Amino acid sequence: MRILVTVKHTPDLQSQRSFTDGTVTRTADDGTMNELDENAVEAALQIVEAAGEGEVVALTVGGPDAVAAVRKALQLGAHKGVHVSDEAIAGSDVFGTATVIAAAVRKVAEEQQVDLVITGMAALDGLTSMLPTALAAELDWSQLTLASALTVGDGEATIERHLPDAHETVSAPLPAVVSVTDEANKPRYPNFKLIMAARKAEIPVWTLADLGVDASAVGASASRTTVVDASERPPRENRVTVTDTGDAGTQLADFLIEKGLA
Amino acid sequence: MSVAVLIDHRSGDVTRPSLEALTLARGLGSPVAVWLGDAPSADAVAQLGEYGAAEVRVAEVGDEARHPAKAAAAIATATEDSSVVIVISTFVTKEIVTRLAVLTGAGVVVDAAGAELVDGKVETFQTVFAATWNVRTRIDAERAIVGVRPNTTQASPAEAPGAATVVAVAVELPEARERIVSVEPVPQEDGVPLSEAPVVVSGGRGTGGDYTLVAEFAELLGGAVGASRDATDEGWISHEHMVGQTGTTVTPALYVACGISGAVHHRGGMQASGTIVCINMDPDAPIFEISDFGVVGSLFDVIPQAIERIKARRAG
Ligand SMILES: Cc1cc2nc3c(=O)[nH]c(=O)nc-3n(C[C@H](O)[C@H](O)[C@H](O)COP(=O)(O)OP(=O)(O)OC[C@H]3O[C@@H](n4cnc5c(N)ncnc54)[C@H](O)[C@@H]3O)c2cc1C
Ligand SMILES: Nc1ncnc2c1ncn2[C@@H]1O[C@H](COP(=O)(O)O)[C@@H](O)[C@H]1O
Repeated sequence: MRILVTVKHTPDLQSQRSFTDGTVTRTADDGTMNELDENAVEAALQIVEAAGEGEVVALTVGGPDAVAAVRKALQLGAHKGVHVSDEAIAGSDVFGTATVIAAAVRKVAEEQQVDLVITGMAALDGLTSMLPTALAAELDWSQLTLASALTVGDGEATIERHLPDAHETVSAPLPAVVSVTDEANKPRYPNFKLIMAARKAEIPVWTLADLGVDASAVGASASRTTVVDASERPPRENRVTVTDTGDAGTQLADFLIEKGLA
Repeated sequence: MSVAVLIDHRSGDVTRPSLEALTLARGLGSPVAVWLGDAPSADAVAQLGEYGAAEVRVAEVGDEARHPAKAAAAIATATEDSSVVIVISTFVTKEIVTRLAVLTGAGVVVDAAGAELVDGKVETFQTVFAATWNVRTRIDAERAIVGVRPNTTQASPAEAPGAATVVAVAVELPEARERIVSVEPVPQEDGVPLSEAPVVVSGGRGTGGDYTLVAEFAELLGGAVGASRDATDEGWISHEHMVGQTGTTVTPALYVACGISGAVHHRGGMQASGTIVCINMDPDAPIFEISDFGVVGSLFDVIPQAIERIKARRAG
């Protein structure tokens, strides 16, 4: 079983996140691996460990600093990493990113077949949750998204997905793109040995030329959308905090009534 | 310009976000309603007309619409002449519109709070990073798809109702690799679903697992009950109630957080709400930083008193 896990380099949730020139600002120190991709790495490791054989390859697409996301995946136990980086990729929309990731999956598959791609359910910077579907479409593989449980066997993958109206069980033949939610598992902590090994690991950097992707198919110029304005929202004005000394409930009620909310 | 709106319906009834989306669509062009599933009732069609739908295009695809790629194929056929398609932004529709965009080459923005035409192009607004930033995005592609969040447009009937002419759309669905083995319906509770509710009262770890007061307060305010992840993880309340980045994103006019610390994951799902109120014993809890009205105190003291006061004011 050979599994490729996509990991995204995103700004730390606790940091001051911002925009520069219409794209999310990413720097080496505040950025890390998208938290939800830890669940994807964990899901892949569990499958390989249960099978007693196999390989987990972590892949990221992003600027030079994005390699931090791959190193994080190696710390958790991924066996190999790949970093796709090319200036022409900057400003890609989800479809451009899917084109690049699909080409990278095909290249990884050249040396040995890839059975599964596992992704996180959303990147916690943009939160679009569109990449997994776009990638499945681009690869023309089975799409099993928002898995809160995943089992693999007999050339098939089966997931459970919890939608607001129903709980579905869905099966599909491999190869498949699976996105996992944070309910799917509890990510492990890296151990010291892996942290040391990840620091030294050689991570190949692939460019668009290596992938055979035409630069005009990706990047800002191919993007179907453009951020035309981004501004920080002002903090809420006139905030009131009261400490309960016996009548805070009454004060709260009066606030709601005055605002026409109760 | 024809602006297609994918109608969300529950037990045959048009949901309120669909009426909001039709209202938004009227600002962009002439709305056409797209209906997937069993054919709509006469009442549903009439209501779509009231909100401006010139046509109601029906693709009777039944449960096949559960496959994102099939739903997308049906919508593509039904919206061939529309340069804009509007859907209600949910985890499910995000998958459908991604497939639709792959089929049609459209540009997509999801989780939008609104959209307008600027120089013939659709521009959307949305909030990102737990609603700390406002972003405006232009859709450059010939065709635009916009996923809008519930509660971001005030639904209002059209001044001149649409004809709501029902048109049956013949669709050819693609084969799917995926097999839906089972569909177990989630029992729907009475009242408005969390994502659509105008008021949400949420309880977290501070409730200790007792949701009686939270539910009573929600009912009094005409709202739905929400929860933090810790509360759903404890099994105190079902997963469908979870508000946050990995749960339901809500944008009600009023959000009341009771016994919730306001972790960044939680804030990401509620920070764009109109008025935010919190009740928390710990004055240093981050939820106070984003609350218009914060009470440092115990929810077990504050909620009963607030309920009593509101009831008294209403009676008087
Ligand atoms: C990948 C990931 C995704 C996540 N996604 C989500 C998500 O979508 N939604 C979500 O909610 N969380 C999410 N979480 C969890 C999140 O980080 C927090 O752990 C969680 O929101 C905390 O829940 P809480 O506020 O109920 O509990 P706590 O943080 O323990 O806060 C409880 C609060 O109750 C107060 N309190 C106690 N007793 C009382 C009383 N009697 N009256 C009033 N106040 C009282 C305390 O002062 C405290 O501030 C996610 C975590 C991860 C890692
Ligand atoms: N640039 C990227 N590099 C690697 N993986 C990505 C990238 N963008 C998105 N992903 C993967 O796709 C998932 C969903 O992201 P999104 O659709 O952007 O919310 C993430 O959890 C990642 O696993």
